[in-house]
Amino acid sequence: MASTVPFVRGSRRTRVRVDDDELIPGRGGRGVYWLYLLPGFALLTLVVIVPLVWNVYLSFTEWRGIRPPEFIGLENWAELFADEAFWASFRNSLAMIVAMVILPTGIGLVLASVLFDVIGKRFGGRVASFLRATYYLPQILPVAIAGIVIGWILRPQNGALNTILTDLGLGDLTRNWLGSPDTALGSIMVVLVWVQLGYPVVIFMAALQRVDPELYEAAELDGAGWWDRFRSITVPSIRPEVFVVTLTCTIAALKVFGPIYVLTRGGPGDSTLVPSYYAYSEFFQSQQVGYGATIATALTVLIGIVSIVFIRAQNAAERKEREGR
Amino acid sequence: MSTSSPSLTAVPATPRKIRKARGRRPTFGQWVLLAAAFVVALVIAFPFLLILINSFKSPADYNTSGPLALPSSLYFDGLVAFWERVNFPEKLWNSFWTSGLVAIFAVLVSVLNAFAIGIGRVRGRTWIIVIFLLANLLPQEALLYPLYYMFKEIGLYNSGWAVVIIFTVVQSAFGTYLLSAVYGTFPKEVLEAAALDGAGRWTILWRVIVPISRPTLSVLLIFFFIWTWNEFLIPLTFLVSNATQTVPVAISVLQGDRLMDVTTTSASALLGVIPTLIFFLIFQRTLTRGITAGAVK
Repeated sequence: MASTVPFVRGSRRTRVRVDDDELIPGRGGRGVYWLYLLPGFALLTLVVIVPLVWNVYLSFTEWRGIRPPEFIGLENWAELFADEAFWASFRNSLAMIVAMVILPTGIGLVLASVLFDVIGKRFGGRVASFLRATYYLPQILPVAIAGIVIGWILRPQNGALNTILTDLGLGDLTRNWLGSPDTALGSIMVVLVWVQLGYPVVIFMAALQRVDPELYEAAELDGAGWWDRFRSITVPSIRPEVFVVTLTCTIAALKVFGPIYVLTRGGPGDSTLVPSYYAYSEFFQSQQVGYGATIATALTVLIGIVSIVFIRAQNAAERKEREGR
Repeated sequence: MSTSSPSLTAVPATPRKIRKARGRRPTFGQWVLLAAAFVVALVIAFPFLLILINSFKSPADYNTSGPLALPSSLYFDGLVAFWERVNFPEKLWNSFWTSGLVAIFAVLVSVLNAFAIGIGRVRGRTWIIVIFLLANLLPQEALLYPLYYMFKEIGLYNSGWAVVIIFTVVQSAFGTYLLSAVYGTFPKEVLEAAALDGAGRWTILWRVIVPISRPTLSVLLIFFFIWTWNEFLIPLTFLVSNATQTVPVAISVLQGDRLMDVTTTSASALLGVIPTLIFFLIFQRTLTRGITAGAVK
């Protein structure tokens, strides 16, 4: 899940660079370097560019994977926009964003600040790094395995959660957590918060290391409590990382597949369906390859739009800040 | 890079003394924060503890004593049963082989790309990086069916090689992005000196640049290994037979199996957790350093 594509800051730097020549002096010219790009480009074309274009084409066809695809124009797209299941999957994506972006980033900010500003300073760096490592633990698991771990706890019959609730005399609260439409989405959201939380904590703590410690000291001398320091030093100084984390996690939330496959397969009904699993099941269970390709293309477009909006917002924010000085 | 306003700093007269005095006695509020942080850690670790305890219980023991009690006697049948049922060593080897090859190939491709972009400064490099990044940002579903069809046509379906090729591209996309930035700031004097000694570009790449950037390359290697190990959608689609499946796929495929009792399922989760836990313990520092390098550039 930690497919981290930290982003964007590179482009500005490359543009500003005055010295545009290759770093190795000598004859032959820069053209030679294209040879070094050949393997990478060949592989990229084969594995990404051709399939991507093909997939877009397939979204305009009816194809069951056996006989040649039949071109049907915009029919799939018209169907998509009228498809209740697709909109349900889209709404569930918003729930995934809450669970994978909003909650982990918010809680992660507070935790990173507490670890860095209080625990690291008063109780020693070792305690802070121990806690950080524990928070990060679910991140290193394969998502599918993380799903199994939680799925085992949430089993309706003799699952750990229900057994514990019964033992505590709260038998009324036991239910089929993943099997009933009321609780399935909520349960998955809790799982995802558990999985995601460590990522922002680790990134934000790393970011805080470049903040001038005198800022904190001065603020403390002035009588600022932890909350004041959090608000006026911690959050503003790591804003670039907050952007990176929200962007990468939003993309991950839109693409989420493993936990859904392992835990609920989109059910019961449409209650936990997400676009990614919907496309997968159209491809390989319903054999509606054309329609699956339409869902996948729509998801790609959505991710593209989200990325562009994020990057623009970040650039605008940076520009404003520079001008404000 | 620091975006905070610098005008805030009123330098205290005797900072050292203050720091000393502060270090001694945490206030009540700070103890509360410490306790809260430990509670969060406990909640996060709790599922791991449950899995650990219950993998060594017999089903009867589980049913009488519940999930929280320690096992009344150590019971290995669940672990052994699952180990044999999925032929776990085979799955471990499959995962290891795929992830290892991807890590090596992806680092190689990243180095070549980054050499052209960062050192050679080829024209249009910003766009080249953007195109490579696409490979990492795209949802894999958008490539899934064409890839499935292509690899079926050339007979590599249900082969680890399909997975190796695909993830070499996906991971090297990220590697190209990161390494290009690193190589873009490579000390020019070192390269000039090597060129004066008569070394060509190829020699400089392997004898100077790669050795000097080895720390970054090893971080990438470990990351690519672990990311590939954890991948799910594409291995699930491509590796359909028992003999080719990776650890996460093999374990998840058996989840729907009604024959699995509650402690065997727990044992299966434990077996899935252990390899990554070992990586984590070995590479904890490198991982943290890597994440940091990626995000805070």
